[in-house]
Amino acid sequence: MRFREHCLDNGLEIIAECNPAAYSAAFAFFVKTGSRDEDDATSGVSHFLEHMTFKGTPSRSAADVNRQLDELGAYSNAFTSEEQTVYYVAVLPEFQDPAIDLLCDIMRPSLRADDFEMEKQVILEEIAKYEDQPPFGAHEKSMAVHFGAHPLARSVLGTQDTVSALTPERMRAYFDLRYAPNNMTLVAAGNVDFDQLVRLASEKCGHWQSRPVDRLTPRAAANRDFQVFPHDVASQQYVIQIANGPAADEDSRYASRVLSTVVGDDSGSRLFWKLIDTGRAECAVMYSYEYQGTGIFLSMLCGVPDDTPDNLQEMFDTFREVEIEGITAEELAQAQNKICAHIVLQSERPTNRLFSVGDNWVQRRAYQTVREVIAAYQAVSLRDVQEVLRQYPLTTHSTVAVGPLRTLARPA
Amino acid sequence: MTQSIQIHTYDNGLVLLAQPMDWLESAAFSVLVPAGCSRDPAARLGLGNMTCEMIQRGCGPRDSRQFVNDLENLGVDHSASVAVTHTSFGGAMPADKLPPAVEIYADLVQRPHFPADQLEDARLGCLQELYSLEDDLAQRAMLELRRRQYGDPLGRHSAGELAALEQISLGDVQQHFATHFRPNGTILSVAGKLDFPRLRDQVGELFGGWPARTEPELIDLPGDRVHHHIDHESSQTHIAISFPSVRYGDRDYYQARGAIGVLSDGMSSRLFTEVRENRGLCYAVYAQCHSVKQRGCVVCYAGTTTERAQETLDVILQELRQLAQGIQSDELQRLQARLKSALIMQQESSAARASSIAADWYFLGRVQTMEEVRAIVEALTCDSINTYLAANPPQDFLVVTLGQQALEISL
Repeated sequence: MRFREHCLDNGLEIIAECNPAAYSAAFAFFVKTGSRDEDDATSGVSHFLEHMTFKGTPSRSAADVNRQLDELGAYSNAFTSEEQTVYYVAVLPEFQDPAIDLLCDIMRPSLRADDFEMEKQVILEEIAKYEDQPPFGAHEKSMAVHFGAHPLARSVLGTQDTVSALTPERMRAYFDLRYAPNNMTLVAAGNVDFDQLVRLASEKCGHWQSRPVDRLTPRAAANRDFQVFPHDVASQQYVIQIANGPAADEDSRYASRVLSTVVGDDSGSRLFWKLIDTGRAECAVMYSYEYQGTGIFLSMLCGVPDDTPDNLQEMFDTFREVEIEGITAEELAQAQNKICAHIVLQSERPTNRLFSVGDNWVQRRAYQTVREVIAAYQAVSLRDVQEVLRQYPLTTHSTVAVGPLRTLARPA
Repeated sequence: MTQSIQIHTYDNGLVLLAQPMDWLESAAFSVLVPAGCSRDPAARLGLGNMTCEMIQRGCGPRDSRQFVNDLENLGVDHSASVAVTHTSFGGAMPADKLPPAVEIYADLVQRPHFPADQLEDARLGCLQELYSLEDDLAQRAMLELRRRQYGDPLGRHSAGELAALEQISLGDVQQHFATHFRPNGTILSVAGKLDFPRLRDQVGELFGGWPARTEPELIDLPGDRVHHHIDHESSQTHIAISFPSVRYGDRDYYQARGAIGVLSDGMSSRLFTEVRENRGLCYAVYAQCHSVKQRGCVVCYAGTTTERAQETLDVILQELRQLAQGIQSDELQRLQARLKSALIMQQESSAARASSIAADWYFLGRVQTMEEVRAIVEALTCDSINTYLAANPPQDFLVVTLGQQALEISL
């Protein structure tokens, strides 16, 4: 396993974790852009643009792109989050060159007007799909409520209205601003020929023009809002709570993941034993997420509407208890074992390493081996967890409920 | 890609399948017990699920909490589920933790506690699963389709029925366990970094005393295959379509799989191109082969807004019928590239391989090596697939929809 890095003159960084023993190779462009970089007039454009990059370039039609990806036997996809848009492709090592040629090409899409209108329909269908399925928009609403005027409040998909109002010109302007090479990283993992990767990327991407790109990364304010959104199509009640947590560059993120595993993992956690093992709720979990400048603990409760007030109180009591008493040494050890085993299992696939290596680089400009990440989790102490709880109290959270209930009492 | 698959059948009928993958640091197992929901008594639909809930609440020397804590301290990523034919347990872990994990599951299938004071908790857990299905509209449409396609009990879903779940007693659970948790018919598959002779001996010691039982008869009633619409005030209409096809294990299976691959595998497949790319009708559309041991079918799904649902259904049905006209060689080449690359990438996951070899044993009574599958994929030709399609054109469609409006089905 060897880490390699190179930066083109225009600022495009190329990094790779090379493993000559791997069966496959995975490649991705991490573009540092997402819903947090949008405004009211461009809400949903990052995600829409992700779709449009597959719709053709000056030298390839949309059908060419799809056909060539399949010809390589490639497993490829893309996703957009609040702060990243990632395009990835996993292939057998012998297809590295054509895969890179294609991946680099689609990063300069044509954005043709007729394709734009057709794909807009697909995006509107995607929005309708999420409106129809659990948790029925609760995630977007909870981010909007928690973050308020902060950039992370924006929905990744946008709404029917904002997406309908988008134009190719506005997308083009956004693309020119955000897809500058100095705002992108080409990441590789697995059985990769790094020197060849650099050669081909220089040829295909070396002429892209860099330009100044920035992003606002304020810390989010604490928030205790409590809002209920009636939604009659749902039969279960969905509640999401968000508390602030460590940001991507804070070392306490390891302790925060340990904490969220102890409190809210989907198996063997405090919420599991209180609410899932007893059959009181369908789902009761808590996860930690880190962003640039800020982070969150996101908890979700789902169950029968009538049981929701008691279950929500139980969650609140669980948070309060852990704030006062901390976690036990046994809980710490079990969470560390679970997290470290999970990391080892995940790391066997180059595509999984691709996302870890890329995310670490984009968020922190750092490379960590699997062993280093495991050591960091094993080094977490009870005191570290206590410090996270002191700095980021779990009971200081915003709440959004979506489902049949009209009202819901705030736990005390 | 040389693969050796080790197979050992114990005196009580238990089958151990193992695929050593020395290049990995992990190991994974699947245990398939012949206690699927097709074995639920008609008045106790959901009993298999309830038994699966209860069986994980303590076994051997461990109570409910210790069971979970032990697995998690070993770093076992564990799962349990009930499907039509089997109750299955799975685990993936760092390779050196395989022996203690197997020990825990030996207790689970042979020495569960079934604590009476946790019966109500287990029942509530099963009811939660039933309630959650209410909100999963795509799955509701697919489940209704499967029920009508496969009939009873092969078209069932393990969640069961509300009235039945409310009546299940501890005695029912114990009886179900005593009848259906048996070594004959159980498959234990392991893949990853492993020492086969040691594993074989360990499994023999831990499971050798498990007494075999008679396999109960299964009465298989075919589905009514009548079109159905479920009224629901949803934004999208969920469209589920099926038609009869060959099952996994049939000598023509890979011909059918190849044809459906051209229809739905990859971004240049016909459904993705015609429904999504060329018409923008939906975000999600797919077709896939589905099998039970007795028979097979092809299932298709699309979700689309109400006003575009009719066109979506019409286009999918047209593509299905069009398939009978045959496929082109470039379509087949792309499919072969995808299937071969998927086979090679399967070597990167012990869990994927463990469940794949267990399924092979159940359907085929043997395990196909990856070389064998690759040879089959390479041997596919347009002629072989088109000959199959000419003799077995997609037809006799069954359509289930869920949404605001019923659709016209132009067959």
